[in-house]
Amino acid sequence: MNKFARFDWFSLFLYSVLVVIGLANIYSAVYNADDTSIATSYMQKQLISFGLGIALIFIIQFFDTKFFERYASIFYMLSIVGLLGLWVLGTEVSGARSWYTIGGFSLQPSEFAKVTVALALAKHLGDFSTRITKMKDYLGAFLIMGIPAVLTLVQPDPGTALVFLGFFLILHAEGLPSFFLIALVCLFVLFILTLLLGVYWVTVAVILLAILYIALLSKRKRKKAIVPTLLTAIVFCGFTYSVSYIFDSVFEQRHRDRFNILLGKEVDTQGIGYNINQSQIAIGSGRFSGKGYLEGTQTKGGFVPEQQTDYIFTTVGEEWGFVGSFVVLLLFTLLILRIIRIAYKQKTTFTRVYCLGFACALFVHVSINLGMVSGLVPTIGIPLPLMSYGGSSLLAFSIFLGIYLRIAYQRTA
Amino acid sequence: MRARFFPILIGFFAVIMLVRLFSLQILSDEYDDLSLKNSVLKQYVYPERGYMFDRNGKLLVSNQPMYDLMVVPKNVLPFDTLNLCEMLRISKDELSDRLTKAKRYSLRAPSVLLGQISKQDYAALQEKMWKFPGMYIQRKSVRAYQTEVASNILGYISEVNYFDLETNPYYIRGELIGRQGIEKTYEKTLRGKKGVSYLQRDKFNRVIGPYKDGQLDTLPTPAQDITLSIDIDLQEYGTRLLANKRGGILALEPATGEILMSVSTPTYAPNLLVGRERSTHFRELKQDTLSRYLFDRSLQGQYAPGSPFKVLNALVALEENVIRPSATFMCFSGHYYARNQFMACMCKPGTVNNLNRGIYNSCNTYFSNVYRRIIDKNNNAAEGMNTWYKHLHSFGLGNYLGYDHPVGQPGYVPNANFYNLWYPNQRWRGATTVSNAIGQGEILMTPIQLANVAATIANRGFFYTPHFVKGIQSDNIEPKYTTKRYTSISEEHFTPVVEGMANVIKKGTARIAGIPGIEVCGKTGTIENFTKINGVRTQLTDHSMFIAFAPKENPKIALAVIVENGYWGGRWAAPIASLIIEKYLTGEVKRTWLEKRMVEGSLIDEYAKVTSNKPFSINE
Repeated sequence: MNKFARFDWFSLFLYSVLVVIGLANIYSAVYNADDTSIATSYMQKQLISFGLGIALIFIIQFFDTKFFERYASIFYMLSIVGLLGLWVLGTEVSGARSWYTIGGFSLQPSEFAKVTVALALAKHLGDFSTRITKMKDYLGAFLIMGIPAVLTLVQPDPGTALVFLGFFLILHAEGLPSFFLIALVCLFVLFILTLLLGVYWVTVAVILLAILYIALLSKRKRKKAIVPTLLTAIVFCGFTYSVSYIFDSVFEQRHRDRFNILLGKEVDTQGIGYNINQSQIAIGSGRFSGKGYLEGTQTKGGFVPEQQTDYIFTTVGEEWGFVGSFVVLLLFTLLILRIIRIAYKQKTTFTRVYCLGFACALFVHVSINLGMVSGLVPTIGIPLPLMSYGGSSLLAFSIFLGIYLRIAYQRTA
Repeated sequence: MRARFFPILIGFFAVIMLVRLFSLQILSDEYDDLSLKNSVLKQYVYPERGYMFDRNGKLLVSNQPMYDLMVVPKNVLPFDTLNLCEMLRISKDELSDRLTKAKRYSLRAPSVLLGQISKQDYAALQEKMWKFPGMYIQRKSVRAYQTEVASNILGYISEVNYFDLETNPYYIRGELIGRQGIEKTYEKTLRGKKGVSYLQRDKFNRVIGPYKDGQLDTLPTPAQDITLSIDIDLQEYGTRLLANKRGGILALEPATGEILMSVSTPTYAPNLLVGRERSTHFRELKQDTLSRYLFDRSLQGQYAPGSPFKVLNALVALEENVIRPSATFMCFSGHYYARNQFMACMCKPGTVNNLNRGIYNSCNTYFSNVYRRIIDKNNNAAEGMNTWYKHLHSFGLGNYLGYDHPVGQPGYVPNANFYNLWYPNQRWRGATTVSNAIGQGEILMTPIQLANVAATIANRGFFYTPHFVKGIQSDNIEPKYTTKRYTSISEEHFTPVVEGMANVIKKGTARIAGIPGIEVCGKTGTIENFTKINGVRTQLTDHSMFIAFAPKENPKIALAVIVENGYWGGRWAAPIASLIIEKYLTGEVKRTWLEKRMVEGSLIDEYAKVTSNKPFSINE
């Protein structure tokens, strides 16, 4: 196979197509027939980021994979320092201290931290002495994810924090004991049930289930398992109470509202529910084939807030309809599946985990963003990768892709 | 196993998202409606409402600008409230009330701060508008009436109400609709059809440009002007003659069925129902239940026809061949039509009346006999009554005439069934119902029906459905207004009746209605009438009634005049009718003494009796 064909052109193609679709929709989202200069300036900025991204991808191809493995810890440290530095030098934009402003440009270190965390996790798991089933090692992995997660959560930027925690999925894929995933799923279900039904009924249900299970165990004479079952039931009840406590006392009203609206417990299309209502109207009114490029009435009227950034998918939904939405969903799915395919062809743990990390980051972004704009998950500020307006995010994903492409190229070398 | 975890998770997500998008975009159409509702504004372009002219081309109704003061609350800066209140003539509280309402509606979209500002106030306001940022003036078109009379014919327009919106999908809130009169009947002609342009709105409700580049927009269809058949000078003259009297005049052109005038007094100037004071005026007009300004006596007033009805009985009798014109009946200042039942008459005792004399002397005895012969023909009262009913029906009595004005009453003509129900065992005959002979029984007619009878006699046997519209700008009037309607009376029977009616003026009860050089035919009426005062049936002074047409040959005008409680026919109605005929046929009135007497005559005292709460005498 010659050098040229070994390169993963397909992923680069998907990446470029998604960025171009993003550019077109950003233009439409900010388009104003009377004054096209605004839309043009948005386009220019995003185009510059795109150009920079391509350039970075190109440059990265000159480094060996070993380089990234060797300096992964350094990059990680640097990004943690970057996140900490926000306390001193950061600029607050709409309530979150997430940006450095240098000249006319602003930089969001948490975006780049996603790459470094993926690298650090890969390095950690790739170490020949690391066994993910060992407590010391998985706690170390949790720490790598946890530090930036905490640092972004306090900015506050819960969306990005969620992405760091989302790397948990790689750990599971790499053989983390199933207990953690089961526990997470159980707690998630408990969480939702608590919000829907209230503490009382959930506690009753948990206790009844525990009694039933214990009765079953005593019949089969497996008395050893009774104590852990009881412990689990107690933990679950405690969790239920703490959820209700956190929800009522720690959460602010806006957070509560977001959950309540999603769970259908509250209808408010003007206040807190405005975003979600308007974005559903925009997507829903696109019908099968959409209203046509630059013809979306909701987009033109500016009904959807932050349409060029987090809500860029509403433009696709309105102006390109089900067909356009389907294509975007398909492109993302193809890209992620492609990366995973390449990941499992890797010969080293480092490269495999890195690729999985990239896929995981993309997946968490896409699923939460699309879920949010279509009203499936609560409003969480998180951009749609490659498509949303914003230089840092695009550059970070370009670097992500660049390293991935280098790995994919080197695999057969 | 763990290697499959990721692909499965992603596939799972992709399927969920696909289902969600499918349900949002394909299955549910609710979002499409919501989207149109909040982002597309339908703005209407209204054609100017059509004008109305009288038969001689005089402008009666046009449009005038009215001004609405609009406000965009967000752009309002502190201003001199006192100054604005003074110019708008409203109180400070009202102004702040209205401002609050506008704010509540929308901060950024314009709303009406004060509607219907007149031209005069606008002139003052306009110079000072620079002082009031966030406010501007929007022009609107309302009706302008160029006449002080004919409000009952022209009608009025008003804002559509809930019922209109429910029943007619054309209209939307705030639009104007013809509510009464010609404005109502010819609403579609006068309003044209509004055009629509679709505009894109933004989240603040501001318009930011056309929707779909205006591809869906439609142009308005212009409204049409209408030429009415009425002669506004005649209408004014009639209104003047009926001053201080309650009554109605309706005149027709027999050869076409065109209505020349339709006066109902007391009346009001049509301009009262325009502008900011409209509702106040309307309430005042509506609440006067004695004068009944909004009641059109010429179209809606149902009166016993009295003696003019005798000519109809004469025609029916001739057609049914129960008398010949030469047949005579002797009158002894009345007669016994049944045992101990005497009907009085104004004839001298021993007068011998044939048809001609019967008419011009208005002999009750003569027509009582004629009527009984019609009903009791073949000794079958029911059959006779129904034949009589059928003939009267062919004159358009007992039914709506079908003219192009929304108000009206059918009047009433009884038939055999009516009396069968009234008198059980069918024990009734001509003599039982003899009041019908002289137009006093169960019969009710409106002035337009009476005028139409006059026109039918003038035409010797046919009439055109009366109508107010002579022409529409680029359309024909309905064919039913140009189709002859024949009565069931043969043409030759009209000749002796017309002769009799001519003699009414020459030597009969209405000599005062004679006009030198014009042969007028007419018939007076003096109508007994009753009302209830505090629950007691009380007789009031007779109504004065007259029907006429002129000239006798080739008639140009036929009319009916009623003056409520005016006593006998020759006292008010006949002179008024003759003055109108003179005015219409010669263009000027030479008998100024008579004109003066009519214009200045007042029946206010007569009408005051009813509400005086004191005993009173009538017919004095």
